[in-house]
Amino acid sequence: MLDLSVKMCGLDFKNPISTASGTFSIKDSPQFYDPSQIGAIITKGVSSVAWLGNPTPRIAETYGGMLNSIGLENPGVDLFIEDELPILQKFDTRIIVNVAGKTLEDYCTVVEKLNETSVDMLEINISCPNVKSGGIAFGINTKLAGQLTKEVKRISTKPIIIKLSPNVTDITEIAKAVECEGADCVSLINTLLGMRIDVNQFQPVLKNKVGGFSGPAIKPVAIRMIYQVRRAIKLPIIGLGGIFNGEDVAEFLLAGADFVSVGTACFHNPLALINIKEDFTKYMEKHNFNNITELKLALLEN
Amino acid sequence: MAKIIKYATIVENTLIAPDIYQMVIYDPQIASTAKVGMFINLYPQNSHTLLPRPISISEISENTLTIVYQVVGYGTTEFSILKSGDKIQISSALGKGYTIADVETHILIGGGIGTPPLVELAKQIKTKKIAVLGFKDEPILANKFLEAGAEVYIATETGKVGFKGNVIDLIQSENIVGDYYYACGPKPMLKALKNFCKNINKSVQLSLEERMGCGYGACVGCVCNVNGKSTKICVDGPVFLGNEVNF
Repeated sequence: MLDLSVKMCGLDFKNPISTASGTFSIKDSPQFYDPSQIGAIITKGVSSVAWLGNPTPRIAETYGGMLNSIGLENPGVDLFIEDELPILQKFDTRIIVNVAGKTLEDYCTVVEKLNETSVDMLEINISCPNVKSGGIAFGINTKLAGQLTKEVKRISTKPIIIKLSPNVTDITEIAKAVECEGADCVSLINTLLGMRIDVNQFQPVLKNKVGGFSGPAIKPVAIRMIYQVRRAIKLPIIGLGGIFNGEDVAEFLLAGADFVSVGTACFHNPLALINIKEDFTKYMEKHNFNNITELKLALLEN
Repeated sequence: MAKIIKYATIVENTLIAPDIYQMVIYDPQIASTAKVGMFINLYPQNSHTLLPRPISISEISENTLTIVYQVVGYGTTEFSILKSGDKIQISSALGKGYTIADVETHILIGGGIGTPPLVELAKQIKTKKIAVLGFKDEPILANKFLEAGAEVYIATETGKVGFKGNVIDLIQSENIVGDYYYACGPKPMLKALKNFCKNINKSVQLSLEERMGCGYGACVGCVCNVNGKSTKICVDGPVFLGNEVNF
């Protein structure tokens, strides 16, 4: 009997597949499928006060991927707790809230307010390439990443995931720093910084000029970084970056992830999470794996 | 789970003007979700295209939906070579469309490839309707408005057909007056119409366009400022009251 359940940071998950931050709407996504079928919902970034995000256009398709420059538009933590959390709680799945901020205080305000709620874990976003101040500044500096982790861990009553940026020379240095300061888990990779120029209009496609590059085109970068981080730290890893089918999930788990998030695929097909879960189940059956651990131990290396 | 995506059958896919195609899609289930002014997501199948193409619905029948689209990139090029009998992956009808006002004379203003959703609007309006359509040089769909019983005025930028100039110049030049206005077209046209309607003290419903990611509310890519609040065009629009949109 195939068992897809996983245990991570002391919590049980029915399967190792979640939404990726910023690609799920609690009001709109369940119009297409039942989120109770997935292992966890990771919310869009929530900040201490409402953020408007960047001007439009802020979406651009690329070859096998896309750019976004949304800029973490969100209604702020108070409205999140009031409006969105009650709906999220109706589904039988884990809730992980992505936390965004520009300063250490911003992050701490959100973390403190979420302490009082029933959310299961927090994912600290120190890697959004679309916010000019703060945010990614923490994600590309070993010392700042460590300091933020330490401070958030000090005040939080929930397990803390630190979401890492691929826009660094050596991602293992940041991973080691956040592990050292007490993070419970890391997720990687956030989007890569990219740009497109419209050759007929002679201007950048995105109003913000640059944006976060996601989708199947970035998957090899994600696999490589997860493989490296797995060998540098002991913490559980949530892997993401271009997962589109069941074999992609397997590839991330073989590389060293314990859990995966699916983002851009949900724009390509609103049912992506359900289809990927079914496809992954078929993959597991094809290879006669009984559980996730068996798959994770199956990587052969020379 | 009120919304679906599925493969539907193409009944017809014909070139009606340079680079502009009309596609009729058979699917009673999807057709039943459509209301005037809504759009559907069309999903290209080529592996390097990733995002759906949101395209407005130009005509609705019990079993079919008609769309009119311009070939502008990889996705629409892929759609343009599909033949009758081929399948195309589409979503339920999405967004919020036009509401027909309870007045006598309706003015429908279309700009270029923004004209199609006004065809169904013209068909559904039972009282007097006047279509004012603006194009670069080649009009499309004018016959559809005539068949729907509308009076039709045409403006072209080049003057090749009809009035030389834009739709607002044409409205003023012909002294076209109605009780309620509806529009779909490029942003500068919609912005000008918002101000025009404000000056003549009439209401206007505008169908906005923005680059979308998912087309169903998840990515928060396509926002505009409505009533001072950032609003998703794909879910809360594309149609908004003109006086509520802050361009």
